[in-house]
Amino acid sequence: MTAAPATADRAAPLLQVRGLTKRFGGLTAVKNLSLDLYGGEIFGLIGPNGSGKSTAMKSIMGIERPTAGDVIFQGENLAGLPAHRIARRGFGMVFQHSRPLNRQTVLENIMVALLPDSLTKVWPDRSLAANARRIAERVGLGPVIGRRPPTLPFADLRRLELAKAIARDPKVVLVDEPFAGLTLAEVATFSNLIRGFRDEGRAVLLVDHNVKSVAALVDRVLAMYLGEEIVTGRADEVMRNETVRHVYLGGAIETSARPEVDFKGKVPILEVQNVSVHYGKAQALDNVSIHVHQGEFVSVVGLNGAGKTTLFNTVSGLLPYSGEILRGGQPLRGHSAAHIARHGIVQCPETRELFGEMTVRENLDLGGQHLESDEKAKQLAWLFELFPILKERQGQMAQTLSGGEQQMLAIGRALMMRPDLLILDEPTLGLAPVILEQLSKALEKLRQTTPITVLLGEQNVTFALPHADRVYVLEHARIVWEGDPARFAAEAGADYL
Amino acid sequence: MRDMIRSPLTWITLVALAVAAVLPWYVSAYILGILTVAYYFGVFAMGWDLLFGFAGEVNFGPTFLIGVGAYASGILNNLYGLSPYLCIAIGALAAVVAGLVLAVPALRVRGPYFGLTTLVAVLILQSFVVVFADLTGGEIGLTIPDVLSIDAGVNYWIALVFMTVSGLIMFGLAQSPVGLILQASGQDPVQAGALGFNIIKHKLAAFVVSAFFSGLSGALLVFYMGTASVGTVVDIAVGVQVIVAAVLGGRRTVIGAALGAIFLIVAGEFLRPTGEIATFIVSAVALLVILFFPNGFLGSILARGARS
Repeated sequence: MTAAPATADRAAPLLQVRGLTKRFGGLTAVKNLSLDLYGGEIFGLIGPNGSGKSTAMKSIMGIERPTAGDVIFQGENLAGLPAHRIARRGFGMVFQHSRPLNRQTVLENIMVALLPDSLTKVWPDRSLAANARRIAERVGLGPVIGRRPPTLPFADLRRLELAKAIARDPKVVLVDEPFAGLTLAEVATFSNLIRGFRDEGRAVLLVDHNVKSVAALVDRVLAMYLGEEIVTGRADEVMRNETVRHVYLGGAIETSARPEVDFKGKVPILEVQNVSVHYGKAQALDNVSIHVHQGEFVSVVGLNGAGKTTLFNTVSGLLPYSGEILRGGQPLRGHSAAHIARHGIVQCPETRELFGEMTVRENLDLGGQHLESDEKAKQLAWLFELFPILKERQGQMAQTLSGGEQQMLAIGRALMMRPDLLILDEPTLGLAPVILEQLSKALEKLRQTTPITVLLGEQNVTFALPHADRVYVLEHARIVWEGDPARFAAEAGADYL
Repeated sequence: MRDMIRSPLTWITLVALAVAAVLPWYVSAYILGILTVAYYFGVFAMGWDLLFGFAGEVNFGPTFLIGVGAYASGILNNLYGLSPYLCIAIGALAAVVAGLVLAVPALRVRGPYFGLTTLVAVLILQSFVVVFADLTGGEIGLTIPDVLSIDAGVNYWIALVFMTVSGLIMFGLAQSPVGLILQASGQDPVQAGALGFNIIKHKLAAFVVSAFFSGLSGALLVFYMGTASVGTVVDIAVGVQVIVAAVLGGRRTVIGAALGAIFLIVAGEFLRPTGEIATFIVSAVALLVILFFPNGFLGSILARGARS
């Protein structure tokens, strides 16, 4: 733990988190996390997806009940209290996604946040509206105060979340991914708003995927990985930290692209042309074009939130898009997700989507449902050779597997469908380094022994590059770089984190 | 307040109520009878919408609350000859108590389990009525000696006033600060909790209000009909009708639920000459509305208003 920042009240931390631990069944999401939060500082909790940072924030807020540990606020231990009690003590949380009341105006939505937790409050106070109006002005919602949320642009919906969180003048403000989905100009505005909270003496705890996006805003950063603290310090110190770099970029980058094959005149197995995707008002993909040839191993690298999952879900037919996606020259538009999967483009999603209450074997059998029984047996035997651990665990329920085993099962189930093109979305999510190595070996074997085509999405460059024949870099919904992996380190690596 | 005076809905409601109030001078006792039942159903449906539309909880057993209110008041009148009004009041309270006993544990389980619990409660009540036939009249039905009035017009006005007052209270509650908290809890419970609201407490309160009006309406209905039976106030099919009425009228509108109920009962009655086909036609219309206008009659109109 480093010393308190100069701007902060040196007397005592406002919030002390000690030994915070949260377990979900066999999975430990947060392990013995400790931090001090001072009034008048912005503290960043940083880590890749699956590192436990969101769970840590939810455990502090009481949305998740901590398994162990203390959350001491002004001398009182709040750990284990329900969220509404913790909120009333002086905590406000800005959610990344929320559902405002669509039939009520912006003003009324803010007024809700100001109401007491009472059942007898049938008549609204006059002061309520005036208060809500003041808060709306404060976050820049003044001009749209009488409008209903469905008619608002995305940034204003985020402002509404800020307004609700600070409505009751909390001493601690928790912010989940402050800049997700915002444009650069909006990021500047929101940074100023959040700085405003600090200058009023509040303690602000931010959660984000990477240091880069919040570096200019935070006073101190705690980087975490696999539920544990790696390092705490100033943003630039944390960014220079060897372990942090290792977590995001991996170790020394190795590449082993196969000799370039001449694909001239051949039709790519998958061609994405100028595809754009919007989530409501937020742009998730901006004019993205990529192609994958038969037998290629292509990696799309990018930090969380860059748009990798969106790209894959679009290819899998799960999202509406503009532009064109061709499969062997034929447009995919109009085909259902089930049709696309049955015809050889199989995605192994980031969230794994295993059938948790079915056994390993049942999960695999479901993947191989369409195969003749002797073919299925052959495929299964091959798969067990690739992932021997799955053979041992055949009778076990999927949800009782460790994270690494679950990932192998998810890939295994996708492989049982005998895909022409396997899409792997962030297979390293939340996995320990030793598991990554096993997974990496399996991918290598897959690449050496089968003609399979793979499209891999990764944040972890060291994991993504060794297998790749070609690499795309996705940043803020756009493809910003394309090339072979050997050139990545020299040309794109420096800007990546 | 200004919005309400300007809203065409307010005026349409007032005109509709005025027309409804003078009906006894123009239409037959037969039609008044149908509308009387329809108005009581309207209150069932509004009570249900308060739970589903605002608290976000699907109560598959509205007839549990209705039935407890109906039977409690009916049995008291039958056994002890207490005044109908006292019986009705006790019936409503009984529904609230029964609702609490059910909801306190049920609201702690998540998702579909709450709905399942309410469904099972109906089956339990149904078996209770059949098993304790001495008390409840069993499958033949319970005879209720007293009535509120023998005049069709008076009965009609009682039902109309009751529906109007219940509707006003529930609508007002839904728009009040408490109602806003309830909507927030139904829509995004995690965030509502983080805003400092005890979600269980608010949902429980909604359940109590819903139980009170359902029980009260159930009690009034049996005193109007002079009899209580499983087929009219407890059966799952009756509950389904209440749910369909509320969804048909429009989720999260309260008033729409009453419209839906009146439509269902009146349409069913008008089609009665067609025999078995009647139920089929009404169900088919309900299904089409739910599939193609999931916001219901009033919900669709309001949604158009909100967009403009």
